Order: sequence, then structure tokens, then C-alpha cells
Amino acid sequence: MIPAAFDYQVAKDVAQAIELLASSGGEGKVLAGGQSLIPLMKFRLAQPALLIDINRVPGLSAVRENGELRIGALIRETDLEMNPIIRQRYPIIVDTASVIADPLVRNMATIGGNLAHADPANDHPATMLALRASVVAQGRKGERVIPIDDFFLDTFTTALRSDEILTEIRIPKPAPRSGGAYLKLERKVGDFAIAGVAATITLDTGGKVASAGIGMTNAGPTAIRGRRAEQTLVGQTPDDRTIAAAGAAAAAEAQPVSDLRGPEEYKRDVFRVLTQRAIRKAIERAKRGA
Amino acid sequence: MAVETAPAAAAGTTRKLHKIHVLVNGEAHDVEVEARTLLVHFLRENLGMTGTHIGCDTTNCGACTVLLNGRPVKSCTLFAVQADQMTVATVEGLEKDGKLHPVQEGFHREHGLQCGFCTPGMMMTAVALLAANPKPTELQIRQAISGNLCRCTGYVNIVKSIQYAARAMAPKEA
Repeated sequence: MIPAAFDYQVAKDVAQAIELLASSGGEGKVLAGGQSLIPLMKFRLAQPALLIDINRVPGLSAVRENGELRIGALIRETDLEMNPIIRQRYPIIVDTASVIADPLVRNMATIGGNLAHADPANDHPATMLALRASVVAQGRKGERVIPIDDFFLDTFTTALRSDEILTEIRIPKPAPRSGGAYLKLERKVGDFAIAGVAATITLDTGGKVASAGIGMTNAGPTAIRGRRAEQTLVGQTPDDRTIAAAGAAAAAEAQPVSDLRGPEEYKRDVFRVLTQRAIRKAIERAKRGA
Repeated sequence: MAVETAPAAAAGTTRKLHKIHVLVNGEAHDVEVEARTLLVHFLRENLGMTGTHIGCDTTNCGACTVLLNGRPVKSCTLFAVQADQMTVATVEGLEKDGKLHPVQEGFHREHGLQCGFCTPGMMMTAVALLAANPKPTELQIRQAISGNLCRCTGYVNIVKSIQYAARAMAPKEA
């Protein structure tokens, strides 16, 4: 399969990429890892008139921690998974990056693309909801920081304006006694999730849940936050009963649809089970300090 | 890199050619390609190197795996223009002076293939794995090849082939 013809320009820097994008009249697309975009173009589901290749823009792949964690949008999933800061302090991101597609795809795919593509089956969106991340959008008018809850508008639709490029992901510094985990059930490596759940937990000094984050993959038109599941946990001692209640709340909030990966009822139950397991793993890590 | 400055024409029509410089198996190629030319088509059709296979054509099977700057990637999901100024390694570059690469020898000795369709991609992934991790565990091998599908072997002999290569490539004990 060969995509429809398009114009192609390599951006030297973010400013040039924004200029090209802005002047394309909505017909330009940013090419990062290309692991979602190129298949869409081969199927001719996407036929951009112009591809703006940002792969050679320097400085977009760094991971830095100064107060908050800042991840350059162009980092490849493989590099994110192997990054020492991420491995040591953010195991939930390792969980997530390491189950995206397959190892060959992860050598090209980027975290920014995974978010900006806004496929509800992508894995980072749920994790970023649980981590209460923000994304940085750069456009003609400068930079703005978009809280993740305001970023995903609908399937394949984000709050990015037509001249904006997602350049960075920001994650607040975790409080002491915080931990997180991402769990995904998939039929086989490379398939999208039947269901995926990200959980973050911060414990107070008395062992009660001070704050909680729950994000769900393939649970609706976008990745969705399990608000009631979070509320069920906060202020409580995370015993079996509380965790079971949080799992039930998440299952009720999920909006899965029946498809080849299973009927709705089955998927809802997978959300219930994965939510409980992700919470338990997050608590384990919170107690160990990650 | 050629730069297209004309106003955008209707999608689907032919556009300007882009000059690329790619080092394939150590040999420099300066070729003009359309931006939409996929790397796998560039290798097979422009360079006539048909060792890299097209399997699913949908980023699933890994038959088209090549090494881009040393990393295994799916060449059906990459434009040739993206490889400009980079190195590409394909199965054609494994054998040197009539001597098989240890990975090829492994697939031969351990019967790591039946129909052979996945084999070039499988071997390129194995070469990259052993370069990064000369002594992989069975689990690490299975994880590394999890993006390369084989519908014949059940993977058992592929794992053995890669283990054979790892032993063959290990520095000899004094």
C-alpha cells in the first residue's frame, strides 16, 4: 500500500515546524515516529497535503527533573523505557512504554505522538490522566500548558490548535509515599488493549490514601478518568473492601463497547479486576517510595 | 533535501522528487525518491534488494525489519526520505566474503525456518539484539522477537537459532 502523494519538509526547529503547519491551511500533519500516521496514510484514511518531519529537530527528546518531570515529546518509547530517571522514579511510565505495540514499533514511536494521536486505545493517555500531567503546546502565539483533563476532546481529536505542536509532557513531582502502575490486557503483543488501567496512589503518614489517580484505556471515545473510583479511595485505608469498591466504581464508569476483543460485559469486568490490581501495585510501590 | 515550495496540489498526484543519501550495508546510494516512497519499496525496487520482505504491510508482522542506524524498525512504516543521511542494514549485508553471519548459521543449523518468509526480518532483529545484549536469556530473546511474526515454526527453533548465534559470537574462553 502506498500513501497518496504529499509534500514533505524537514523542519530544522520548532519555530519552522509551527510556521509550516500554520501556513498549510489545516492540510499539514506533523511526522514524528509515524507509527500511527503512516499506516493511516497507507490506508488513505489520512491524506495530508504536507508532512512536516520534526524528527531532526534537536532538543525535543530530553527527560529532565527539576521540581516537575519534563519529557520531550519526541522521545522514542524504547528510550523512554530505558531512561534512568524514568526507570528509577516513575515505574508506571516504564509499565506503559513497555507494552505499547511491539519492540520494533517502539524504536520509532514517540510519547508525543501517542498522546497527540488521541486514540482511546493508546496507552500513555490513561497513565497521564492518573499522573495528572500537562502537555505543552507551542504555536504561533507562543506556548501554553494544557492540563491533560482538557486535552482529549474526542477520538483522534485534541485541544491542539491547527498551528500547535505538542513539544513536552510535564508531570508534577510525586509527593512522598507515592506509587503508580499501569496494567494492560491484550490478546497478543502488538494488539490494542482489551482494557488498560493506570493507577497512582499517595499515602499519608497514617497509611490512608491522600490522593489517587485512575485512568482507563479503551474505555470510551477518549481515555477516561475514573473519578468515582478515585473518590472511593481518597481518605480511606486501602483495605480489600475499599479496593474492591474502587474496582467496581471504575467498571461502572468505563464505557467499553462490544467488538472482536470481547463483549461489553466482559470488558467491564476486566476493568474492575485491572483497577484493583493496578491499585495494589501502586500501593506496593508507594510503600517502597516509587 | 529538495524542498517543495509550490502550492499544495490535490492529494494523490505526483510530487517533487527528493534527493537522499543513504548508506545501505556500507554502500552509499544517492537516489531521488518521491516523499511517499516507503523505505521497503526503496530497498526492493530502487535498489533491487529483495531480501527485505513485505508481509502484512500494516505494521504488524516484522517481515520488513531492517536496522536504521543500528535499530530494528519496520521498513514498511517509514518513508525512504526519513533515512536520508542514515545507515540501513538489511539481510543482504549479513554474509561476508562467502561466510555466513553467526545468526544465519544459527538459523541454518537449528532449523530456524520453514517457509522462510519471516526469516530476513527475524534475523535482523536477532542481530540487533545480540549487538545490544550478547548473552540474552530465552525470555529476552522472546521479548525481542515479539514484533516479528512466524506462522510456521512456533518460535522454538528460532529461539534456538539465536542462542546458537549468541554462543558462536561469544569470545572464546582462553
